[in-house]
Amino acid sequence: MSELPALPDPESLLAALVERLRPSTGADTGLIGIRTGGVWAAERLRAALGVQPPLGAIDVSFYRDDYGKVGLHPGVKPSEIGFSVEGRDILLVDDVLYTGRTVRAAINEIFDYGRPRRIRLAALVDRGGRELPYAPDVVGTTLRVPDEVRIDLDRAEDGRLVLSYRHPKG
Amino acid sequence: MHTNPQLGLDGRLKHLLTIEDLPKDILLRILDTAQSFISVTDREVKKVPLLRGKSVFNLFFEPSTRTRTTFEIAAKRLSADVINLNIAASSQTKGETLLDTIANLSAMHADMFIVRHNQSGAAHFIAAHVQPHVHIVNAGDGRHAHPTQGLLDLFTIRHYKRDFADLKVAIVGDVLHSRVARSNIHALTTVGVEELRVIGPRTLIPNYVQAMGVRVFHDMCEGLSDVDVVIMLRLQNERMNGALIPSAQEFFQHYGLTQEKLARAKPDAIVMHPGPMNRGIEIDSSVADGAQSVILPQVTYGIAVRMAVMSLLAGGGGQ
Repeated sequence: MSELPALPDPESLLAALVERLRPSTGADTGLIGIRTGGVWAAERLRAALGVQPPLGAIDVSFYRDDYGKVGLHPGVKPSEIGFSVEGRDILLVDDVLYTGRTVRAAINEIFDYGRPRRIRLAALVDRGGRELPYAPDVVGTTLRVPDEVRIDLDRAEDGRLVLSYRHPKG
Repeated sequence: MHTNPQLGLDGRLKHLLTIEDLPKDILLRILDTAQSFISVTDREVKKVPLLRGKSVFNLFFEPSTRTRTTFEIAAKRLSADVINLNIAASSQTKGETLLDTIANLSAMHADMFIVRHNQSGAAHFIAAHVQPHVHIVNAGDGRHAHPTQGLLDLFTIRHYKRDFADLKVAIVGDVLHSRVARSNIHALTTVGVEELRVIGPRTLIPNYVQAMGVRVFHDMCEGLSDVDVVIMLRLQNERMNGALIPSAQEFFQHYGLTQEKLARAKPDAIVMHPGPMNRGIEIDSSVADGAQSVILPQVTYGIAVRMAVMSLLAGGGGQ
């Protein structure tokens, strides 16, 4: 197998996102992280953005388009959006942006909570491979890796975020 | 080799017919999934799109209001189309067989049948004869099983008591005729509680319970001593063919749950009842409406639990 590109440190990606998001973050901004990695990233952004926007977590299991093929994903957790999304400026946060299907599911779910004024999408990594016409507003970095390789975000015991490659076959 | 008709070849839940023989991890997965459905009710749009385009047939051969309604709400919150059929008043009285009824409804492109029948085994029988893509949920069959009630009771207990392992649970009353009691005994035995008791007159306690490791009490005050959960059962006069109890008044005196008897349980014990309640026969109004009663939350949680069951059955099946 050809060499995979080195994965960046998510801490520096977060810093880059904060720089770009700070000017457009206001009193009516609400953060929604997509479980699980997107929630970790959103928590860190919230702390670094200064204005402490309200934070929600979304689990898209009930909105996935592969339910009819593979059934309900195991380990579903409740979505928790403790603020009103009606008229709000939503910043949707995911760890790794790929086919766009998770983003579609998340946006569909958000609209069942109300009608936001705007939804923007931020991701730590954009690995391309889109199957739906979704584009991020802000990304930390762009990577090109083969389809069979997964990129996972993990959280270490000290709270630091770490990106790693996962190969499905061993 | 014994095979479980509820599970597909891949080990996934295909039908929900009884809690008996279901592994603990499937029961816990249903409870965890139900937990995620609870918050859907708090939203602007109280629906998720999982069963969009699917048809769920409520097939009730026996009267029911609560169970049928909560299944209907649950299916609608999953975006399914729901068709309610009260068969007792329809084809069966004209002589159609059960299988002909099912075949006709299948021809209307049903994806799931919710079945309530007064004959034990009816849901199993239907499950054995439907096409592979059709799912069956037993909503109560005779004296046999009422698995979604057993699951919603588990959910309610976990909600208030967190951990099953150190709980003492008492099931009180007409155990003999109760499919709720059977399903609860299987459910609580599978998840593993510290102690499971049944309390009732000799005539209303079936022999099988002791073989399942359940402690039997005929004195209610003794049986309620130090318990965390009290599950009251409805006295099922319509299923009794003979004098199994002297009178309703005497039954209440010995086995009706009053504040006085409840005082024997732990101070924070919860009181449950599957409904419909016979006030003044198995439960006193002051207990039914009292601070320890969780009878109405049981009904609410029943919706989320039924959503969990239907969404776990219908996903990715049969194609």
